[in-house]
Amino acid sequence: MTLPDLRGSTAIVGVAESDLGEVGPDRYAIELAAQAAGAALAEAGLTTRDVDGLFCAIAGRGMAPLDVAEYLGIRPRYTDGTMVGGSSFISHLHHAALAITTGACDVALITYGSTARSDSGHGRLAMGPPELPSYEAAYRPRPPITGYALAAARHMHRYGTTRTHLAEVAVAARQWAALNPKAFARDPLTVEDVLAARMVSSPLSTLDCCLVTDGGGAVVVTSAERARDLPRPPVYLLGAGEAHWHRAISQMPDLTVTAATESSARAYRMAGIGPRDVNLVQLYDAFTINTILFLEDLGFCAKGEGGDFVSGGRIAPGGDLPVNTNGGGLSYCHPGMYGIFPLIEATRQIRGEAGDRQQPGVTIALAHGNGGQLSSQVTAVLGGGDSL
Amino acid sequence: MTQSAPHREYTDRVATGSLPYQSCDGCLSAVFPPRVICPFCGATDLSWRESAGLGTVYSASVIAPRDAEPYSVVLVDLDERFRIMSTVVDLPARDVRIGMRVRAGVDPDGPTGPRVVFTPEEREAAS
Repeated sequence: MTLPDLRGSTAIVGVAESDLGEVGPDRYAIELAAQAAGAALAEAGLTTRDVDGLFCAIAGRGMAPLDVAEYLGIRPRYTDGTMVGGSSFISHLHHAALAITTGACDVALITYGSTARSDSGHGRLAMGPPELPSYEAAYRPRPPITGYALAAARHMHRYGTTRTHLAEVAVAARQWAALNPKAFARDPLTVEDVLAARMVSSPLSTLDCCLVTDGGGAVVVTSAERARDLPRPPVYLLGAGEAHWHRAISQMPDLTVTAATESSARAYRMAGIGPRDVNLVQLYDAFTINTILFLEDLGFCAKGEGGDFVSGGRIAPGGDLPVNTNGGGLSYCHPGMYGIFPLIEATRQIRGEAGDRQQPGVTIALAHGNGGQLSSQVTAVLGGGDSL
Repeated sequence: MTQSAPHREYTDRVATGSLPYQSCDGCLSAVFPPRVICPFCGATDLSWRESAGLGTVYSASVIAPRDAEPYSVVLVDLDERFRIMSTVVDLPARDVRIGMRVRAGVDPDGPTGPRVVFTPEEREAAS
């Protein structure tokens, strides 16, 4: 049995964020997921009654699809609660395309919410207790940052990457955020600021780390055929690929090479394109090292050259390769599992709806999600009508 | 022979002062953390071994809590070809270097009970 040809067979027809930033102690993750879902469906010209496929993940909620379906009054005939950390929603997009193409559902809703920021001050834990047994907890790593710090340290040792290279990533993200009115952190930031920031888990400082915000997002997907009858220009899924090789950072074979090498190869192959055809990249920048690792592993530069690649404003506004034009997890929004936001921003850029940060002529955009500690990697290639 | 409770076996052995790991009877790979099935070949017969305790720091990070002394979190590649997260003691955390040779010991008073830690291997470091 062969899989259906997914290239261009499904499309994103609605995207939305919920309230972002800090929503206060009386709000719940599921409310943000539902708020985003309602807005994304409205944009798509659809309602909850049209949804027959539900895809969601909420940190700490083992039965999130049941929670969300009950809350929204949806009775799905296809449900997917795949939980691979922050990459879950790009994985959901891939799974939704498979489900729609095989007839398992017609309208897929992918949704997410989190009150990570508001919870932190009120003793409401966003994550449950650690899973046992752990062969790492005795050494008191700061999860997840120490995992990324170990990868950064190894990359610096192996390839001569510097803290200044890492800082360039944070500065570029902040410059993009200054163009996004929804971004959480928009004040100016310099390389010197990042280098002088308090070290959290060396070599990563506070300003090498993503924000902790509240926020939710939703994406509505349907068949390409149906998408053409809906209000917004369809944003087609051209390719998708997934890969994961480990869960614990101590089990990652080479800390400088992620499974994004495989996920992106699968996505490019399905899409029939390569990195040179990509106009814009939205990737999961939980920490500054992520951007460097993923630009290498997604094929935008050779292994070890990511530090030089991000320097000189190349990924900042006005640079050769626009990366994380919303400001990313570093400066726009990071509620714990950021992966739905790359899809939202890529969709808006392809539609030409990104306001002051709109890039000209975005035909093909890449959205890349990361989950765990560089563990799960999921890549999607999205395109406008001209890309088919 | 496969242990029915590999984590318990591990912690019991660490408590006696060793760094235990498993060796696959099928493909002879070193297996860590302990399991009931080999992740390299799928064999279910795993034998316990004791590491000689010598290894090389693969990566390192320093965490400096506001209210406590800085400590290192390291990944060590043991000479028997398995990797473990640990910390290097008897050395200021900021002096821990990737590539450094280290030797395992057991800290009986770890935060979750006895734990394997490492010290610099002076003789080899000087050579």
